[in-house]
This record gives sequence, C-alpha cells and structure tokens, in this order.
Amino acid sequence: MSTLSSWFSRRDDAAIAAAEQATLRSDRFRLEREADWRRLEAIVVRIEAGRIGAISDADLMALPVLYRMVVSSLAVARDTTLDAATLAYLEGLAQRAWFVVYGPELGFRGWARRFFGGGWSAAVRAIGPDIAITLALMVAGTVIGWLLVAGNPDWYYALVPAEPGDVRVPGASRAALYQSLFGTTHREAFSVFAAYLFSNNAQVSILCFALGFAFGLPSILLVIHNTAPLGALLWLYHGQGLMLELIGWLSVHGTTELFALMLAGASGIHIGRSMAFPGQRAVLDAAAEAGRRTATVMTGVVLMLVVAGLLEAYARQLINATAPRLALGGAMLVWWLVYFFAFGKAGERR
Amino acid sequence: MAWWPRRRGARSGQSAQDRRQRVILTAEGLRLPLTLAMTSARLGALLIDLSIIMFGLYAAVLLILLIAWAIGIDKLDKTPGSPASEMMEALAVIGIILVFLARSAWFLWFELGPRGATPGKRLVGIRIAARPARDGSAARLTAEAVIARNLLRDIELFMPVVFVGGAVTAGTDTTLAGWAALVWFGVFALFPFFNRDGLRCGDVIAGTWVVETPRRKLGSAMSVGQGARSVSMVTGAQYRFSEAELAVYGEYELQVLERVLRDNRDDALVEVAQAICAKIGWTSGGGDERAFLDAYYTQLRARLEVGMRLGRRKADKHDGGTAPPVV
Repeated sequence: MSTLSSWFSRRDDAAIAAAEQATLRSDRFRLEREADWRRLEAIVVRIEAGRIGAISDADLMALPVLYRMVVSSLAVARDTTLDAATLAYLEGLAQRAWFVVYGPELGFRGWARRFFGGGWSAAVRAIGPDIAITLALMVAGTVIGWLLVAGNPDWYYALVPAEPGDVRVPGASRAALYQSLFGTTHREAFSVFAAYLFSNNAQVSILCFALGFAFGLPSILLVIHNTAPLGALLWLYHGQGLMLELIGWLSVHGTTELFALMLAGASGIHIGRSMAFPGQRAVLDAAAEAGRRTATVMTGVVLMLVVAGLLEAYARQLINATAPRLALGGAMLVWWLVYFFAFGKAGERR
Repeated sequence: MAWWPRRRGARSGQSAQDRRQRVILTAEGLRLPLTLAMTSARLGALLIDLSIIMFGLYAAVLLILLIAWAIGIDKLDKTPGSPASEMMEALAVIGIILVFLARSAWFLWFELGPRGATPGKRLVGIRIAARPARDGSAARLTAEAVIARNLLRDIELFMPVVFVGGAVTAGTDTTLAGWAALVWFGVFALFPFFNRDGLRCGDVIAGTWVVETPRRKLGSAMSVGQGARSVSMVTGAQYRFSEAELAVYGEYELQVLERVLRDNRDDALVEVAQAICAKIGWTSGGGDERAFLDAYYTQLRARLEVGMRLGRRKADKHDGGTAPPVV
C-alpha cells in the first residue's frame, strides 16, 4: 500500500497546480494523470528495448497498477474528452502496455524447462492417433518400395538417388555390399557429413509439417516418398542375405531419424485433419490450436535430428559390428518411447 | 469555403484504413483498437530482414575465409586426418549450421522477444500478436505460436523461390509438373492477399496476426495557455462566442481544428480563421488568428464536452445534435 500512496502524493503537488491552469475540465483530468502515463510509458519503452535490468524494483511492482490506471483513464477519456491527440496517445499506450503486461509468459529458460520437463512428451501424446496413421504410412511406403523393386529392379534407380561410385546397386556382390556396411574406409569429414545430413533432414521434416496446411495430403505423400527407398535398400541387401546387418547399420541413427520423420509427418497430418474436420470449432481456431500443439513437437523433431546426425556420422563408424549397433539403435528407440509415452504422465495425474 | 477536407470525401479516403481496424477485448474489459499491418509494410519488413540475413551470411563466410587465409591454411598439408583438414571440416560445419540457423533462428529469436518483431518489422512499425478468440477476447502470444508461424515460412517463401528459380533456369524446358508445382506454391505465397485479415499460412496455423505498433507522443494540453483564456493578443479584449455561434460545428470540425492548431502553420491558421468568421458572421481582422482560433476551439470543445457528459453528441456540422436514440 505504501507504493500506492506514494504515487498519489507525488501527483498531488505539481500536477494539480498545473491542472488549475487548464480551462477545460477534460484537460484538468488529463494533467492530473499525465505523470502516471509518462511513468508507464518510460517503463514500457525500457521493457521493449529488453533492458529489464534498467527498471527499478518499485517501477516493476508498479507496472500492473499503472497499466490498470491507464486502462481506466482511457475508459473515462473516451466518454469525456474530445482531445483526439490525447485519446490516440492513450490508446497507443494502453496497447503497448497490454503487450508488455500480457507478453509471452516465460523467458527462454522457463520455456526450456517446461518443454523438456513434460511439455514435449505431452504434445507428442496429444497427436497419438496421427502418429499411428503415420506409422502405418511409413510401413506402407517401405512395402511399396520393396514390391516395386522386387517387381522390376530398374525401379531401384528411381527410388534411391544414385551417387557416382556407389556400390549399392542391384546385382552388386555380397562382398561389396558387406564392405559398404562394415567398411573401414575412412569416410572423410564425418562432421561435415553430420551437419549436412542434419540440415537436409530438418528441411524435409519442416516441409512435412508445413505441407499439413494443404489438408495433410502432401505430408502423406512425402512420408511415403521418404520411406520407399528404405524398402528398396532392404530388398537389395535381403537378396544377398545381409538383411540383419543392414538393419543394424540403419538402426544406429535410423531409430531416431525415422522416429523424427514419423513425428513430423504426424504433425502435418494432425494439422491437415484439424482443418479438414474442425468439428464444432471454426476452421481458423482449429488450425491455430493444432499448429501450436504441433509446433512443440516440431521443435523436438529438430533436436532429434541433431542427435540422429551425430549418431550417423560418428557412432556408426566407430561401432563396426551388428550386435552392438542393434543394441544402440534399440536403446535409442526404447529411450524415445519411454520419454514420450511414459514420462510426465505422473505429472499430469498429480 | 470549407476549411476541412469534405467529410464524405474523408470517409471514402479513410475506408481502407477502417477496413484494417480490429478491436480486441482485454481481460480488464477494455476495448483496444488495433490496426492490421498493410501487406506492403510486411513485404518491406521481410525484404529488410532478408537483406540483413544475406549480408550477415556473406560477412560471416568472408570472415571465416579471411581467418583461414590469415593462418595460411592454403599452405598446410591437406591429407585426411591432418590438423589442417580437420579445421577445414570444422569451418564447413560452422558454415552449414549458420545457413540453417539463418533461415529460422533470426525470426524466432526476435519475435520471441518483448517487441514481438524482427528488426525489419520494427523499422516499418509493425509487430506480431495473437489473434483474439471468436468473441474478441484478447489472447497471449505464446512461444509455440511463434515457432509454428516461422516453420511455415519454408513453404511460403523458400520453396516458391526454389521453384520459380527452377522454372526460370529451365526456360522453355519446364515440365508440366514444374509448372504445377509453381502454381501450387504460388497459392501459398499469395495467400495473404486473399483473406480479410491479411493472414499468411503461418499466421493461420499459429493463430497470430501482424498489427501496427503505435508510436504517438503525448501532445500538449490545449486549454492551458494564454489563448485558451480567450484573450486577444492584439487588443487584449476577450473573445466570447454565443451559443448560436458555437452550435454550427460538431466533433469532426473540432478535431480538424485541433490538428490545425497543433500543426501551427500560419497559412492554414489564416484560412481556417477566415472560414469560421464567414460561417458565424464575424468580420475577420488580421494578425490575431492564433488567439481567435484558440478561443474558438476551447469554447467549442467546452460546449461539446458538456453535451457529451449529458449524452448529447454532435458528430459534425450536419448533425442536429439531438439526444441519442433510446436503446
């Protein structure tokens, strides 16, 4: 209460003396309150400039009260004054103060704590049905890839973009394929490779998400398009009896990367589904709700792709046997499953 | 004789402005007017941001190259595994990550800040805000919304550029699929022109819109100075206007007069003073226009504000100034 009384007393002397000078009642109203408006403006300007440290504790404490005073000043002024400049100033000030008082509620640290401490998992759980749909699509894409190549090996070149010197082509010998999985050839620039993979995968996932805007159909196509080469590869190595070795080779990063792709596709499909079938809500509201929920998922997807890129570039080259590769890939899968579907549930119930 | 822009003309001139007006209802029950940003302003802001990003990227690459050159990287042994090649790798990694970050982090970082605007948006005076719910009640801007609206930038901006670029370089060889993709992404790029609130796809998904940020200084109080006491600066006499002389004008004319007084340009003052004198049947003397107008403004405003308190408003000179209809 002491801060409150201190403003009122401050206002008394100079402001009221000035107000006495004014002829119009509405100008007297304004002059009596002007000091508070200017004080609020100074605080808002500093917060907008990001200089929260430059604001005294008293000012920070006063901010909500000053904001409400401006709100009530504006309400009174609208009914009593015809001074257009003052009204415009008050409306502008009230708007700026509103953005500050009701700004983004947490700083980065608070956001990160909420994100890792259950927000991410909860968002993933919230799009559960879409994840199931995407998983089915991914399996279908893999099967389609396999069947296409099995029917006509020429499809392989269409599905798996050919790189010069790549031994992984139909008709390759078992030894060559084996060598491609356990090769000791020094793959130069692991880290460049990792960064490139990450940037590429992140773009595909963001596209998967963003195209959900077109009612999810392009997301579905993208998911199938990105899993068909997997089926083709599986067919190729299966033909030489290297299926398990290939799965081991893929699983190191693949469990994380494919999981991320699945979440990205599910996010796109979730948006598309919300827009196509908004139910009782307006389409715009449904889209916004779905978008905010899946944005959390997508932030996590980008992080998962960083992990996948590191695993692919480093861990896979360092571990040169199938069993430990499978163990690592499996462990990653279990970790993600536990983190998404078990973690934070207790917190929800509490 | 009219010294204000004709009201009807002013209205049609303002209609584009009015169409961009929205009202949100805050938790305190205050109706806050917002003005949606013009699409041209948003485009300008985007171009500013993109040029800063491009310039920053070039500068960063140049800096990296300069550093590499300064330590004589071209003279070092470049066999795989040597320190020099590892450093080249590190530089390449930094380059790839910079390019990725530049595409999204710039917008995320600034729009999550207290201003809700990138440097480009700040320069043109706009910011992002959460769209209100259907009943108009104001909503908070959340981190999720900012992330969502910026993830969509890829299909709205970068993909169309890729496809347009592809179409241009392919020349006449562009396939049907190429054209289809171009049209399709064109729909995303042109989305803001085809809805009432000027939303781009990212705004739809995130539940945001872009509004103008008011930057108004508080003008001086009008009824404080000597002029408001209605004392002529030439003769020292007091201007007194009768009820009938004040009744000819309404709120609209009052606010035009306020603008003229605040601008304080001599030729406008003379013109307006002569117009008012002609209207109320005074003979205008020269040299004392400012005091005359101050006096007229103060007395007209006092009259209109009293009417306002009693619930009688007079919108403009054509308005009869009767009591509002009983609702």
